[in-house]
Amino acid sequence: MSEAALSMLLRLSNASVRLGTVTALRRVSFSVRRGEFVAVIGANGSGKTTLLRLLHGLVDCTGSRRVGEPAPVQAMVFQRPFMLNLTVWNNLRLALWLARSRVPRAEAPARALEALKRVGLVESRDRPARVLSGGEQQRFALARAWAVRPDLLLLDEPTANLDPSAKKEVETLLQGFAAEGMTLVMSTHNLGQAKRLATRVVYVDRGEVRLDLPTAQFFGKSADERARLFLKGELSWDLE
Amino acid sequence: MNEFAQSARSALDLIVHADGVLVRTVSLSLAVSGTACLFAAGLGLFGGAWLAVARFPGLRAVLLLLNTLLALPSVVVGLAVYLLLSRSGPLGSWGILFTPTAMVIAQTILVLPVVAALARQVVADGLRDGGDPLQSLGAGPLLAALLMLLHERWAVVTILLTAFGRAIAEVGAVMIVGGNIEGVTRVMTTAIALETSKGDLPLALALGLVLLAVVALLNVAIFAVQRSRFASVLVEAR
Amino acid sequence: MGSGMNLNRRRIAALAFGLMTLVGAAPLLAQDRFITMASTTSTEQSGLFPHLLPAFKRASGIDVRVVAVGTGQALDIGRRGDADVLFVHDQAAEEKFVAEGNGLKRLPVMYNDFVIVGPQGDPAGARGKDVVAALQKIAASTSNFVSRGDRSGTHAAELRYWTAAGVEPPDAKVAARPFDYKACGCGMGPALNIASSSDGYVLTDRGTWLNFKNRGNLAILVEGDTRLFNQYGVIVVNPAKHPQVKSALAQAFADWVVSADGQSTIAAYKIGGEQLFFPNAKP
Repeated sequence: MSEAALSMLLRLSNASVRLGTVTALRRVSFSVRRGEFVAVIGANGSGKTTLLRLLHGLVDCTGSRRVGEPAPVQAMVFQRPFMLNLTVWNNLRLALWLARSRVPRAEAPARALEALKRVGLVESRDRPARVLSGGEQQRFALARAWAVRPDLLLLDEPTANLDPSAKKEVETLLQGFAAEGMTLVMSTHNLGQAKRLATRVVYVDRGEVRLDLPTAQFFGKSADERARLFLKGELSWDLE
Repeated sequence: MNEFAQSARSALDLIVHADGVLVRTVSLSLAVSGTACLFAAGLGLFGGAWLAVARFPGLRAVLLLLNTLLALPSVVVGLAVYLLLSRSGPLGSWGILFTPTAMVIAQTILVLPVVAALARQVVADGLRDGGDPLQSLGAGPLLAALLMLLHERWAVVTILLTAFGRAIAEVGAVMIVGGNIEGVTRVMTTAIALETSKGDLPLALALGLVLLAVVALLNVAIFAVQRSRFASVLVEAR
Repeated sequence: MGSGMNLNRRRIAALAFGLMTLVGAAPLLAQDRFITMASTTSTEQSGLFPHLLPAFKRASGIDVRVVAVGTGQALDIGRRGDADVLFVHDQAAEEKFVAEGNGLKRLPVMYNDFVIVGPQGDPAGARGKDVVAALQKIAASTSNFVSRGDRSGTHAAELRYWTAAGVEPPDAKVAARPFDYKACGCGMGPALNIASSSDGYVLTDRGTWLNFKNRGNLAILVEGDTRLFNQYGVIVVNPAKHPQVKSALAQAFADWVVSADGQSTIAAYKIGGEQLFFPNAKP
């Protein structure tokens, strides 16, 4: 197998997704390679979330979705983290139990503790998950994902609802994961965040991938013509 | 208004003196309806959860039927079960007509649609937000549905209380399959019906108030449990 | 986590099963020897059974469980084999029941009587000893008459008296009725309640009337006519049609209730010092 094939985790070819009467994604061709940190940017309703859900296998598509060999272990962090009406600890244990094919029963308590330590939530372990603050909930979601050691971590606007300090904590954790070799695909509408964290930037607009460039090329002085126009004119967002 | 006051006083008297027959009648009401609710809970919670995630042609028809059965008159259930358990019927050899067992069966059938329909709704609503995350974590549809019931357990308690209320308050089904036999199958509602038909309205009303008092006590107990379990964890009770 | 929930469900199932066994088995454990008797609401409400049945239990060790419904329903229960013995008061229907092979033999047991109660002022002028004349007067008046209309023995008797009085049986289906006839499809107590609240006339058995507490303005106006006597019969349900019928035990009851012991027990039952039922089994 070629090196390129070895490192390919997921490939979409001409994939379209219809949700009800709406075509959320239109003939998208897109690959995720090991070690990348991909930022998917676009306005609300552009199809970013659907793209992530498609990568994760939560929706069907026409066209093709091919998964690398062996299939990468995936985890996903949603914009608003969902936790059951249980304590933090029990939520984590449940998640590990659901992943018991990858995390042996005996190891679960140790993994859970380790994950809480990593994100700094050990003192909260016996509190009901629902009383955690927004930032703490997102860190919990990251702990839950990290505990199963995924090859690929998908995140849907993970810091959209967080205050600046919470956002910083999450970004630090994500950078840590990337440094450990985890592949991340994160949607965001924060261009500054994309510039800070990502190795590659994908711009989605009305269900189509319009631009797909390494970060430097997307934002840099020698930026792609289309990128330059796009950054200058089309978007009315903050750069930070 | 005078009759209400008189009945209220009689009800208090009845409770305070705890006459043997009354105690036995109340206990039987609680046992029959409680057991029926437990069975309906087991079947209905699981069935409702399953229906929330099932996909098969005819699902809509099943849901339509389920919602229609919410309005099942208790007398109709009683008649159907009677015809089944009658010695002239298919299950006559079981010999359980005119026993509390028959009453439990009839009430289980009566409240099962209530539990299933409401459980299905609770699960379906919950899975709108939680469906994707649970699937992402590796839960199959049915497991996700059951986890949703765990998640919404206080809603489940309310559903079961609703079912229990429907069961303990009904008279049509237990009258027909139980026969209102003194000392054997007479429960609070059939006793009330009997006193009403004898013309003793104050007593009938008093018995009704006793029944309500017993159910109120049950609800107080549930509140207490709710409070104690969460008091230490500072979560507002649902 | 999931296993925790499974354990709870198992505990609940075990509890439920235990409860069900308790609830279902208790009566069965308590007495193995019992029979089911289908009788009428009016008989049960007369209070005869708490007086009569313990005496039978002492004599035979057999418990009698009474399902009290209207005569029509009682006969239906017997036809289905869900009762072991019938104790009702509609001779024609009972004889038909036996003739159709649903019962072994009809034995006369006792009689009580019907009376007509109505408003003390008696606007229709029905008072007296003649039931037929009374009904004719009521039919010719503007008073209202309450009927049970429920296929019971009392209802059947009432219809027979209307026929004897030459008045078209005021069936609910007849559109134009000469006087105000209310058929409620209900038991004796509710019918009396309606009559009491609307100052109407109603045919009732004496027993229910003596126990009735909501009399209002009503009083007994017509009594003593031999046609008002209400004959009770006991029938053992035919085991040939329904093998599960406890015919031996049921026969023991039938034999006892027509015996000297049973008959004297019946005669001994009184309400307010008044005898209600008059034993007349053939020796």
